[in-house]
Amino acid sequence: MGEAIVITSGKGGVGKTTTTANIGTALALQDKKVCLIDTDIGLRNLDVILGLENRIIFDIIDVIEGRCKLQAALVKDKRFDCLHLLPAAQSSDKNEVTPEGIKELVDELKPDYDYILIDCPAGIEQGYKNAVAGADKAIVVTTPEKSSVRDADRIIGLLEQEDLEPPHLVINRIRKHMMDSGDMLDVDDIVSTLSVELLGVIMDDEDVIRASHHGNPVAFQPDTKASICYRNISRRILGESVPLMSFDEDKGIMVKVKKLLGMK
Amino acid sequence: MGCPKMTETNLYLTMKGTNEGIIVYLDDQCSFITLLNELGSQVKSDTIENTTEVIINCQNRYLQDWQREEIRQVVEEQSSLKVKSIESNVLSHEEALTWFDQSTIKPFVKTVRSGQVLHVEGDALILGDINPGATVNATGNIFVLGQLKGIAHAGYAEGTEHVVVASYMNPNQIRIANKISRAPDYEMQGSSREFAYINQETGQIELEQIHNLQKIRPNLTDIVERGL
Repeated sequence: MGEAIVITSGKGGVGKTTTTANIGTALALQDKKVCLIDTDIGLRNLDVILGLENRIIFDIIDVIEGRCKLQAALVKDKRFDCLHLLPAAQSSDKNEVTPEGIKELVDELKPDYDYILIDCPAGIEQGYKNAVAGADKAIVVTTPEKSSVRDADRIIGLLEQEDLEPPHLVINRIRKHMMDSGDMLDVDDIVSTLSVELLGVIMDDEDVIRASHHGNPVAFQPDTKASICYRNISRRILGESVPLMSFDEDKGIMVKVKKLLGMK
Repeated sequence: MGCPKMTETNLYLTMKGTNEGIIVYLDDQCSFITLLNELGSQVKSDTIENTTEVIINCQNRYLQDWQREEIRQVVEEQSSLKVKSIESNVLSHEEALTWFDQSTIKPFVKTVRSGQVLHVEGDALILGDINPGATVNATGNIFVLGQLKGIAHAGYAEGTEHVVVASYMNPNQIRIANKISRAPDYEMQGSSREFAYINQETGQIELEQIHNLQKIRPNLTDIVERGL
């Protein structure tokens, strides 16, 4: 029986979809059977980040309204056999789905997968309620900015009212030098404000944008900072205890020389 | 209570002179009409000097508001006595609950998060943080055993005597009764173990170290008196 995890944030643009795609990829790399559900109906993105847009035939609304079987709507990933996507509809809106509809769907998927990751839309309205309905656990994504921490706090308050395990936190887009200079909230501040367990941090990395642009989740790359962060998160989800990645940047003399010469 | 100096008794009324003034004890078994008539005739014939204040004690009889008013009218119309107060040994269930609500400390073991509003009758004891964007309203005092970073409103009804105490104080706003004070526009560090109160001289909300609380609000914990 699989576990359904909703990935949410309240605020938009903090990296829910990217996080969903990458945690899914990282779990698939560990040979887990993973299904990603995009519940951002009307504004679907997850398929784009995974590079699966061209393969979509049916979507979640087709399944809920009985126009096709659930199996027919699932899109198999081009890299892994064990990673599937249930895409959102682009032409409907969020009010056409009910929380019960999503819950039924997730329950139907659970026996076939180890993990079901539900990508939640921004906001706290109908779309959020739909996404949370089927989940057993929640991951809250925030960035080290005050506005997104405020919204994460709000979302955690709402999640506490649901029948879920206490949510876990992922802090996205960390910039070491800005945290050091006090222009960004630091990790400890955020964790102590939100008082939830930290699942992982993800360094701000151009490779994430580059990878999304090409439809290849960054977690697939072997050695970029962000991909290591995502893979660490997936290992923590699997129950391993992995220490947080050190934020310190390389300080070797060659790096400095390269920097001076504009090579890095 | 002072010692009785003079006692006058008839069937339904007992009068006692005490240090606090004249107390009229009303019988609590007879009908209310009988009582009113008796009271009327008794005070009329009374020779007590004018404009003396009396305290009416209706013992174990429960009086509704209109009955209290009627008693007051009878006494003040029939004589020139003034009714200082009407006392009773009994409370209605509702009044008792209100009083209990107002006079107990309500503990909450939780983090109050952005967007959440906690409304508390009486004193609130928050065993956790009040995060930015969260609000706690209490008709009594607010005690925070955590970080106060949101909004705390003590004396929500109109209790200007109430205080907000926090083990770490860095609020968006503090409100006491109808006064509001907000954090300055520049970034600032919070401070530990402080409380906010209304300084009666300036009429403004001020912050003080917690060890000054016993000087500024020595009666803070006399909650039994409150609400009655």
